Amino acid sequence: MTKLKDEVSIVLGGAAGQGIQTVEEILTRTLKLSGFNVYATKEYMSRVRGGVNTTEIRVSSKRVRAFVSRIDILIPFKKGVLEWVSNRLSKETIVIGEKVNIEEEFLDKVNLIKVPFTQIAKEVGGVLYLNTIAAGVVAGILNADMEVLRRYLKERFSAKGENIVQRNIEAAIKGYELGRGLCKEGRISVEILKNEEVKNEILLSGTEAVALGAVAGGMNFLAFYPMSPSTGVAVFAAQHADEFEIVVEQVEDEISAANMVIGAWFAGARGMVTTSGGGFALMSEALSLAGMAENPIVIHLAQRPGPATGLPTRTMQSDLFLALHAGHGEFPRIIFAPGTIEDAFYLTQKAFNLADKYQIPVIILTDEYLMDSYYNLPDINLEKISFEEYIIKTKEDYKRYKLTENGISPRGIPGYGEGIIVANGNEHDEYGDITEDEELSKLMQEKRNKKLEFIKRESIPPELVGSEEYKYLIIAWGSTYYVIKEALERLRRKDIAMLHFKQVYPLSDKTKEYLEKANVIIDVELNVTAQFAQLLKREFGVDVHYKILKYNGRPFSVEEIMENLKAILGEGV
Amino acid sequence: MPLDYRLFQSERPGSQDIAWCPGCGNFGIRNVLMHALAELNIIPQKVVIISGIGQAAKMPHYIKVHGYHTLHGRSIPIATAVKVTNPELTVIAEGGDGDMYAEGGNHLLHGIRRNPDITVLIHDNQIYGLTKGQASPTTVIGMKTPTQPWGVFEEPMNPIALAIALDASFVARTFIGFMKETKEIIKQAIQHRGFAIVDIFQPCVSFNKLNTYEWYREHTYFMKDHDPYDREEALKRALEKDPLPLGVFYINEKPTFEELVVAYKKDKRPLWQRKPKLDKIREMLELKRRL
Repeated sequence: MTKLKDEVSIVLGGAAGQGIQTVEEILTRTLKLSGFNVYATKEYMSRVRGGVNTTEIRVSSKRVRAFVSRIDILIPFKKGVLEWVSNRLSKETIVIGEKVNIEEEFLDKVNLIKVPFTQIAKEVGGVLYLNTIAAGVVAGILNADMEVLRRYLKERFSAKGENIVQRNIEAAIKGYELGRGLCKEGRISVEILKNEEVKNEILLSGTEAVALGAVAGGMNFLAFYPMSPSTGVAVFAAQHADEFEIVVEQVEDEISAANMVIGAWFAGARGMVTTSGGGFALMSEALSLAGMAENPIVIHLAQRPGPATGLPTRTMQSDLFLALHAGHGEFPRIIFAPGTIEDAFYLTQKAFNLADKYQIPVIILTDEYLMDSYYNLPDINLEKISFEEYIIKTKEDYKRYKLTENGISPRGIPGYGEGIIVANGNEHDEYGDITEDEELSKLMQEKRNKKLEFIKRESIPPELVGSEEYKYLIIAWGSTYYVIKEALERLRRKDIAMLHFKQVYPLSDKTKEYLEKANVIIDVELNVTAQFAQLLKREFGVDVHYKILKYNGRPFSVEEIMENLKAILGEGV
Repeated sequence: MPLDYRLFQSERPGSQDIAWCPGCGNFGIRNVLMHALAELNIIPQKVVIISGIGQAAKMPHYIKVHGYHTLHGRSIPIATAVKVTNPELTVIAEGGDGDMYAEGGNHLLHGIRRNPDITVLIHDNQIYGLTKGQASPTTVIGMKTPTQPWGVFEEPMNPIALAIALDASFVARTFIGFMKETKEIIKQAIQHRGFAIVDIFQPCVSFNKLNTYEWYREHTYFMKDHDPYDREEALKRALEKDPLPLGVFYINEKPTFEELVVAYKKDKRPLWQRKPKLDKIREMLELKRRL
């Protein structure tokens, strides 16, 4: 018998369009409401039907927020799933499902618990209910609260009518009892603690966190062109445009999107674009206009592997340099790279205040992994955030580009005050009119670029995770936060820590102290050329000693980080 | 009572040394625009000109209204956003034939579809001025230029027919040699609720030796008794080649972009006057506790 204690990693696998996501949603919601900590992430193909997509759901007695490659329970909904995840299977992996969904060569290699999903579904009313049955089986094995499951299904399917609701509930009960039965028969045993507090926590995805953070930052304008993995933010904004009163417009191309957002800020709105690398590339020209015209703009750039179309639905951290260097000419910018879902909310919110304050582009650099992951979290504290207003009422003889000590000219907008606002992408005088004057051209370049010094003073310092007495220091940025954190917790060593950056530009001066204390620096990034390590070298003259790099479009797993670290630490693998 | 047009004369130092060639049609357009705004009684603080790049796009520097001299071809998306952010403003997108029909062609198509209540003024001199005499999308076949030394062979674009085909809200063409008529057309375009395109023939005295003031006088005429609400008739007139008809070709009254977006359903204030809806965010987060 297989015993699973305190933690289980469940993977659902099936074809696109088969409804894996439904199972995932039913399960994660029900499990959270039953008091289990849950974490989920998915990997999927860029297609509408067929192929193999999988979702990992981790259920645990304590908080889990990272991807593991280990699979404890696998539920395949089609043939080909086992092959697709074969490098993640072990002899402990339990496969629950129908024989027809398991490839011949795996039949004697896995621990199979046969459950006739299709047959039961037909009894309930059709194969349509297969997903709910599967969710029921897992809920039963985990001893989730059946009442919660019933309530959830009722709510979820209520729009489809009483009959559909009842059949789904019936399907869930059948599955649930089957799952409980497997435990009673001693075929499987899972022991995970339920926690009262978790029941009331918030289940939030990276996508939702960025979107809600934007709204909390005052976003009332969003222009976009659909592009994975950034589209979810636009979907959220569009679906809630009414209640949050947001102008959401799907435009002809990313060029238009970025320029619209520039126009929106110019007229006093708080605008954002959401895009991925290819779309962002088209926005470079607009980014440069924002730099020259000192026009705020917030850009959500969700990374996926490139170059070109690359792997549209997968993850990588290879657009740091793009975000850093995009746009002709020289002008300051801020780049945030949220490490957690909470970060995604707070940093996106903050981006709007900073864009407004410094009149510059602020980029939120996320990735597919963060967008498509979610977990339960205790709270999003709205008391912690502020809405900082910088627009002024203009007087006659207003100068849009008044030369000031810190380079920031108070920003007026058309329609508020007596002044005339002239903004300009050409080099300009203080009024905003074109100039070719030598002295003024120089002063204006300096005015724009000196803002960086002031921005740097309020840069978010990196966070040290792990032992203060480190000899080995891992450098990380963005969404790899929890994977590395969990690897460190499992390693239990006093001599290693992670320095995680959620603001990747400009870098806080405190970085240097941390780097200097380290004997060995280990860079961990999801790209080929160690872009962040290169940035550290440029900014602080520090070389990293080891690089753990991955670039196959998949996120790091906790095990992978551990193996790589053990090799470096001389512990053997 | 109309305003004094001199209210629109800019006293700023950068407005004094005008970069247009003596005799350029742009002067006429500026003059007409100032008079049009004055006669419509719209104060400078309520008007925004968003321009692209080119000689025409320098307009915001030579007239006293709010202005944004942006990027080549990008004035329409920016103007659209300005209008939807603050519908109380009179918004004009302005640029030349290269700006609007070449670099900004895609934005023009989709601007027509989106239909914000903005006026698009195209200074159409059928040549590139600022970059010194290359062909534009409206340059006639056969014209030799420094970059088309063999003569232009691409079919010139017919922006009027294109706009009517896309069911644009307001489509007109004029020639700046006829100042009074041009002023009335621009006034009508500004007053029209919806995306109003005015293609303005404007001789480039430095680089277009064919399409001169005289040429336009000889090869254009104002339409009489044309019903601008008749789309088929409008398209027929738009396809006439020589002489080229002038006037309002087509009017199609329909809801504007800013009237349709949900952000103004409950609240009519411009976006800049609004605060983040934290209560609604709180509600949504609470909902996520129960789900």
